[in-house]
Amino acid sequence: MANFIDRRLNSKNKSMVNRQRFFRRHKNQIKRSLADSINDRKVTDLTTGQDVSIAKKDLLEPVFRQGDGGSKNRVFAGNDQFAEGDKIPRPKAQGGQGSGAGNASDRGQGQDDFVFSISHDEYLNLLFDDLELPNLQKSQLDKLVEYKTVRSGYCAEGVPANIDIVKSLQGSIARRIAMTSGKRRELKACEQELEQVLASENHDPNIVAQLQAQIDMLKERISAVPFIDSFDMHYRNYDKQAVPTSKAVMFCLMDVSGSMVQATKDIAKRFYILLYLFLSRTYQTIDVVYIIHHTQAKEVDEQDFFYSRETGGTIVSSALELMQEIVAERYSSGDWNIYAAQASDGDNWQDDTEKCYELLKNQILPAVRFYAYIEITQDLHKSLWQRYRALANSESHFAMRRIREISDIYPVFRDLFKKSTNGVSAGVVNVKE
Amino acid sequence: MSKNNQHIAEANATYRGCLPDCADWTFADLQVYEQELARVAEHYRLDTYPNQIEMITSEQMMDAYASVGMPIGYHHWSFGKKFIQTQQTYKRGHMGLAYEIVINSNPCIAYLMEENTLTMQALVMAHACYGHNSFFKGNYLFKSWTDASSIIDYLLFAKNYIARCEELHGVDEVESTLDACHALMTHGVDRYKRPQRISLKEERKRQKQRQEYLQSQVNSLWQKFARQEPSATRDKARFPEQPQENLLYFIEKNSPLLKSWQREIVRIVRKLAQYFYPQKQTQVMNEGWACFWHYTLLNHLYDEGKLSDKFMLEFVHHHSNVIGQPAYNSKGYSGINPYALGFHMFTDIRRICEQPTDEDREWFPELAGTDWLDAVHFAMQNFKDESFISQYLSPKLIRDFKLFHIKDDATSPYIRVESIHNESGYRRIRQALSNQYNLSEIEPNIQIINADIDGDRTLTLEYVPHQKVPLHPSYQEVLKHLYYLWKFDVKLVQREEKGNERVIGTCPPKLDNS
Repeated sequence: MANFIDRRLNSKNKSMVNRQRFFRRHKNQIKRSLADSINDRKVTDLTTGQDVSIAKKDLLEPVFRQGDGGSKNRVFAGNDQFAEGDKIPRPKAQGGQGSGAGNASDRGQGQDDFVFSISHDEYLNLLFDDLELPNLQKSQLDKLVEYKTVRSGYCAEGVPANIDIVKSLQGSIARRIAMTSGKRRELKACEQELEQVLASENHDPNIVAQLQAQIDMLKERISAVPFIDSFDMHYRNYDKQAVPTSKAVMFCLMDVSGSMVQATKDIAKRFYILLYLFLSRTYQTIDVVYIIHHTQAKEVDEQDFFYSRETGGTIVSSALELMQEIVAERYSSGDWNIYAAQASDGDNWQDDTEKCYELLKNQILPAVRFYAYIEITQDLHKSLWQRYRALANSESHFAMRRIREISDIYPVFRDLFKKSTNGVSAGVVNVKE
Repeated sequence: MSKNNQHIAEANATYRGCLPDCADWTFADLQVYEQELARVAEHYRLDTYPNQIEMITSEQMMDAYASVGMPIGYHHWSFGKKFIQTQQTYKRGHMGLAYEIVINSNPCIAYLMEENTLTMQALVMAHACYGHNSFFKGNYLFKSWTDASSIIDYLLFAKNYIARCEELHGVDEVESTLDACHALMTHGVDRYKRPQRISLKEERKRQKQRQEYLQSQVNSLWQKFARQEPSATRDKARFPEQPQENLLYFIEKNSPLLKSWQREIVRIVRKLAQYFYPQKQTQVMNEGWACFWHYTLLNHLYDEGKLSDKFMLEFVHHHSNVIGQPAYNSKGYSGINPYALGFHMFTDIRRICEQPTDEDREWFPELAGTDWLDAVHFAMQNFKDESFISQYLSPKLIRDFKLFHIKDDATSPYIRVESIHNESGYRRIRQALSNQYNLSEIEPNIQIINADIDGDRTLTLEYVPHQKVPLHPSYQEVLKHLYYLWKFDVKLVQREEKGNERVIGTCPPKLDNS
């Protein structure tokens, strides 16, 4: 009578569309939440998704309903102590435990957030929605330095592992049909003749024997056609195809002189995380090189980069020189896409600024895909900014932005990489001016 | 099929009288149980729609949750939110999933989770496929308000229609319309009028005609020039003549600027609200009835010697988990458990019929000593939660549950215990508990009292507070949604004790709210 249906193999993601509708509707809140959560991540952490939290009040679906107040009658179970006429002190709102459970859980209006996790891909898509790497298309295809193996048709020779069985047997059938069709026709004719001869009243045994011999001979010849021949064999063919390189190196340059406090470094860290995640969308492998400098520069690991405490003056060119050395040493082969981001509070040794300008213009910028300079300061612009500004105006893949506080980072980042019609987004823009 | 039968025969042979009781189930096992249950259900005169039992995974169960049990749902972000919520709490182990979901349709679709053990599946089949199913078919509310044979067709129609609207008018427009309709969904039902039944074919045919007709009606209503009439006569000619409780219906028929596809969406949401309305009113009865029957049917099989002790132990464990009623001051308390109350009430009716005490004879003279099966069937068919409780809640149950009744008046510093489970309290507790399930007391009474068709088209709604309970502040948001559908000023007034009316909200908001 009952009809059993096994639905277990049906797709399970029936709610996917609705889930995406939810994201779509709350995109802004989700993005805000993501921007807030950047700080907790390690720069190169790519495996995890992300918890997103949205204030519950943004998600309410309002309906007409009764509020608090007025006079309410309620029935409860499990009376253990009350008698008629007892007066119970009113529990405080959100009162939790206590004898007067009277109001406790009735439509408690929790203000906590609605927290849920999204996958890594969803995370990146939301984070970098509408952004693109500048100059990517223009220059990426210049260097076809990597190859990948792709299928390309069939060939007559190869190793046994590459035999395509279906194709080979198709060849075999075709060859056998082609090679035996004439003989089969002959065979058929002989057999018919033999039948006719046998059917006639007084047939000549000699003719019968002759026909029989011919039939046997034809059959033998047909069966002699080999089932499979080396001629039939088809091997899958592979070809090497040049693909754009998918390796990138990201240089993080940071000033760690006395004037850079931890808060400033945190801002820089967030910026680097964003840049790393963004690059990881385009490139399969990314090296990160951390360079810190005060009056001297050195290469460090991530921990030291963000948390080491150094003091001293500031000579920016030392870091640029070190970067150039590292590029020449490790990343010069041409199959690396080089990106660099420099964070600083804008301080520099007065005489050094001109040297930085020269280094960048003549040595570094020609080698890199993109160079971003962010100045984290509340104060007026200093000499470095003034000199770099000239650079920004002349070089399209050099960009500079100023960040005053944490909340500026994400807007600044978006501004740097926003999709633009001419593909160039560099320029001097101050957020919150 | 013959292969299956063979399996069943083998299964029968293996267990020699006892039905299989291993932990893992197979479809052959389920079929054996289903047949046994069907046999016993017939013995107890349970009249059901044919069953369609669908086996699903836990992920699919979460999908089913998110679409509030509708097997086919249109797309909307709120279902996505529900899904994410369910997934999140389930993943963290805060919540188990239901063992089944059953849909009021013909054939009656029941979703069973593959994770359930064989015992669980048997319990769930008895619960859903014979308990809920017979309730859907027999209860007067479902009979008169819903049409089980056309709901799947209608859901399909709704989904396709809304998807087409999204293509034609954009996702955003459709989403806003749906948001607005959802906000008014609780006030989109006819509480007293009986809906008509129509099939999908007819629905499609009518939909086109309706579209044109409605628009012409609306046009003629609003085409009039505003006439300058003395205010005295204008007061008389109110529109609508009677206050309208079904806000969505009023919008669908009278909103001046809605596009015809929007009217159809309003109608779809209204229809769905109407379809779910009986379920809201019969939660205790429906669950109680289903629990009563899974308990009775499986015990019947056990008494016949068809179930092993092992099976029964697991069954009783699950059963007692479902029908437990925590005390008001225990950690797990979240109100009266409808499963517990309903199950015990039906069991109690049977007890009163079979072994009445003197008290029962006094309270239920018409039940004591009669045929219990007739009595429970009558109760299932002719009541909803509110009337069921006020009719059948016995003093014994009030004592067993140790029910007590409090009055929480915001003007007093104390909460007063009005009555407890004693002689003087029984009737009052019964009345209070019954009221607790009376939707017209739980849901605010809001009606459309005037649409100023000759003037500035302001729509006026009236809220009549029940026992001075104010509206939840979220009504401001709801008014915005109503404004979206009406597109002219919307005003909400509250009727005060003295009979005068006070404006408590307008959309668009006006500073001068006096």
